[in-house]
Amino acid sequence: METFELIILLLDATLRTSTPLILAALAGMFSERSGTINLALEGMMLGGAFAAATVAFYAGNPWVGLLAAIAATIALSLLHGFACITHKGNQVVSGMAINILMSGFTALVGIALFAQGGKTPALDKASRFQPITLPGAEAVKDVPILGPLYFELISGHNILVYIAFLAVPAAWWVMYRTRFGLRLRAVGENPGAVDTAGISVVLMRYRAVVCSGVLVGMSGAYLSTAQGASFLHDMTAGKGYIALAAMVFGKWRPFPALFACLLFGFLDAAATRLQGVVLPGIGEVPVQLVQALPYVLTVILLAGFIGRATPPKALGRAYVKER
Amino acid sequence: MSNTVELPRWIDVGALPLLNLLLALLVSALVVLAIGENPIKVVEILLYGAFGYDEAWGYTLYYTTNFIFTGLSFAVAFHCGLFNIGAEGQAYIGGLGVTLAALYLDFLPFPLMLVVGIMAAAIFGAAWAYIPAYLQARRGSHIVITTIMFNFIASSLMVYLLVNVLRPQGSMTPESERISENLTLPFIHDMAASFGIDMASSPLNLSFVYAIAASVLVWLFIWHTRWGYAIRTVGANAVAATYAGIDPGRYIIIAMMISGALASFMALNEVMGVQHRLLIDFTAGYGFVGIAVALMGRNHPFGIFLAALLFGMLYQGGAELSFEIPTISNDMVVVIQGLVILFTGAMEHMFRPRVTKMYTAWRLRRDRMEAA
Repeated sequence: METFELIILLLDATLRTSTPLILAALAGMFSERSGTINLALEGMMLGGAFAAATVAFYAGNPWVGLLAAIAATIALSLLHGFACITHKGNQVVSGMAINILMSGFTALVGIALFAQGGKTPALDKASRFQPITLPGAEAVKDVPILGPLYFELISGHNILVYIAFLAVPAAWWVMYRTRFGLRLRAVGENPGAVDTAGISVVLMRYRAVVCSGVLVGMSGAYLSTAQGASFLHDMTAGKGYIALAAMVFGKWRPFPALFACLLFGFLDAAATRLQGVVLPGIGEVPVQLVQALPYVLTVILLAGFIGRATPPKALGRAYVKER
Repeated sequence: MSNTVELPRWIDVGALPLLNLLLALLVSALVVLAIGENPIKVVEILLYGAFGYDEAWGYTLYYTTNFIFTGLSFAVAFHCGLFNIGAEGQAYIGGLGVTLAALYLDFLPFPLMLVVGIMAAAIFGAAWAYIPAYLQARRGSHIVITTIMFNFIASSLMVYLLVNVLRPQGSMTPESERISENLTLPFIHDMAASFGIDMASSPLNLSFVYAIAASVLVWLFIWHTRWGYAIRTVGANAVAATYAGIDPGRYIIIAMMISGALASFMALNEVMGVQHRLLIDFTAGYGFVGIAVALMGRNHPFGIFLAALLFGMLYQGGAELSFEIPTISNDMVVVIQGLVILFTGAMEHMFRPRVTKMYTAWRLRRDRMEAA
C-alpha cells in the first residue's frame, strides 16, 4: 500500500512539473511548424512569469496576471517575428538575444520596482491559482485504489494544469483538422507553394508566433502564480530548453510532445525524490545523471538512434519572394 | 535588385554595425530612463568604472580576455556555417581538463606546465565539441539543439564531479582543490613589476597575451591556410564544396573541434589565471556573450577584439554601476548584452535595404553630376 501511495505522489508531482513543459512545448511547436525556430521559449517563459507575478500582485487577481503574462509573451513573440520574419534575421540569434535580454530585464525591473533582489513580493492566496477539487473527489476519497487515484492524482490541481492537458488535443485539432493548421504546416514545409496559392507567408508565420506567445505566456504564469507564489530571478532554470527538447523529442507533434513532457517531468520529479536515496543493488543514485537524462535522450534521438526526428523542411529559413 | 549598387566595405563592416550598436544603446538608454535614472550619468559611471583608474583597466582587459576566446570560438564555427551555441559547455569541460592537468601533473616545471595546461584545455574542449560535430556531420542532427543539450549535460556532469569526486575531503563547498602556486599564470602587474613598471594589481594575467596570439593564429588559419579555405567554402556553400572535392563533414568536425578548443581557453584565464581552482559555473555566461562578440565583430579577429573590449568594458563598468546607483543592478549589463545581440545580430538587415537605397541614389546623382 505504501508503494502505491508513493507512486501516486510521484505521478502527482509529475503532472505539476510537466505542465509548464507541455504549454511551452506546444508553443514551440506552433512556431517551428510554421518555419520559425523558437529558441526564445526560455526567455519568453521568464518574461511571462515576471509579468504574471507583478500584475497579479498589484491587481490581487491571478487572471489579470495571466492576461498580462500572455500580453508580454505575445509582445516578445512579435519582436522575435519582427527580427526573423520581417527582417529575415537569424532565428537562432534572435532567440538567444531574447533569452539574455529577459534574464537581465526581469531582474532589473524587479529590483527597480520592489527592491527585493529581483524577487517579486509573495502573493497571497487570492492572487494565485488555487487547487480545484473536482466534483465527487471527496466522496470517492476512501474507495480503494480508484479513490486516491482520482482524489490525489486527477483532482486537486490548479486550473492551468487542466488547461495544459486540454491544450494538447486542442492543438492537435487546430494543427491537423483546420484550414489554419493546414496552412500553418504548409508555410513550414513549402512556403513557396503557399505563396502561390495567394496566402501571405509572412502573415501566416506571424499568426503562428502569436499562438506560440499565448501558450508560453501561460506556462510562465503557471511558474510564478500557480506552482510558485512569486517571481524569482531566472526561475525558469532551463525549463524553456527542456520544453524545446521535449518538442524535438516529440518530433514536432502534439501527442508525442505530451509524452516527452510527461517523461521529462517524471524524471525531474524523480530526481528531487531520489536525492540521497540508496537503492538496493545500485547504490546511491547520482541525481545529476537523472537530471541530465532528458538532454541525453534528446541527443540520442536526434542522432537517429530512436526513430527519426525530421524537422519542418523550411525551418530556420526566412521566406524570400522571388523578384 | 539590379538597380542598386554594392555597398562599399566601410559601410558594410563599419557604418552598418555601428548604426545597429547605436540603436541598441539608445534602447538601453530608454530602459534606464524608464527606471527613472539619468542615462548620461550611467554612461559616465560605466566609462569611469571601466577606464577611469589603473585597476579598472586591468579588470576590463581581464573580462575582455574571456570574450576574445568565446568570440573566436563562435566565429570559427560560423565560418563553416555552424552555430556553436555550446561554448559554455566546452569551456566548462575545458576547465576540467586544465584542473586535472594542474592537480595530477604538478611536478612539471612552469613553462612546460603552461603548454600542458593549454593542451589539456584544448583536448577536453575539442572532445566535448566533437560529439555534436560528429552527429551533425555524419548523422545530420541539428548542431544548435545538440550543443544546447551538451551545455546542460556538461553542467550536470561537472556538478557531479565537483560534488563527488573533485571536492577535497572535509570541504563543504563544491569546488576543486587549489592548484599549486607554481602552476598559476603570472599576473600582468607582477610581470610589469619585474621590469620595474608599477601597475595596480588586477586579475589580468598572461592569458590575455595568449588571447591576442590566438586571435592572430585564427586570422592566419581562416584566411591563409588550406583548412581555413576549405572551412569557408563549406560555410559558403556545402554543395559546391562537395563538387570541389571537399568533404563537408570532415571540415565541420575540424571547425567544431577548433571552436571547442578556443572556447576552452577561457578556462586558462579563469582556472590557471585568476581563481586557481575549479569553481562551479565559472563560465558564467561568457560562452553566450561570445555569440554577440563574434557577430558584432563580423567574425573577424580584429572586430572580435574590439567587440570583446566593448563587452569587457560593460562588465567592469557594470560592476561599478551597481555600487553607484543602487536601483540599477548589474543586470543592466545583461540587458545591454541582450539588446546588442538583438540589434547587431538578429536585426542586422534592418537598415541594409534603406542604406543601400540611399547610397545608390547618392552614387547615381554623383555620377550624373560628374557626367555633366
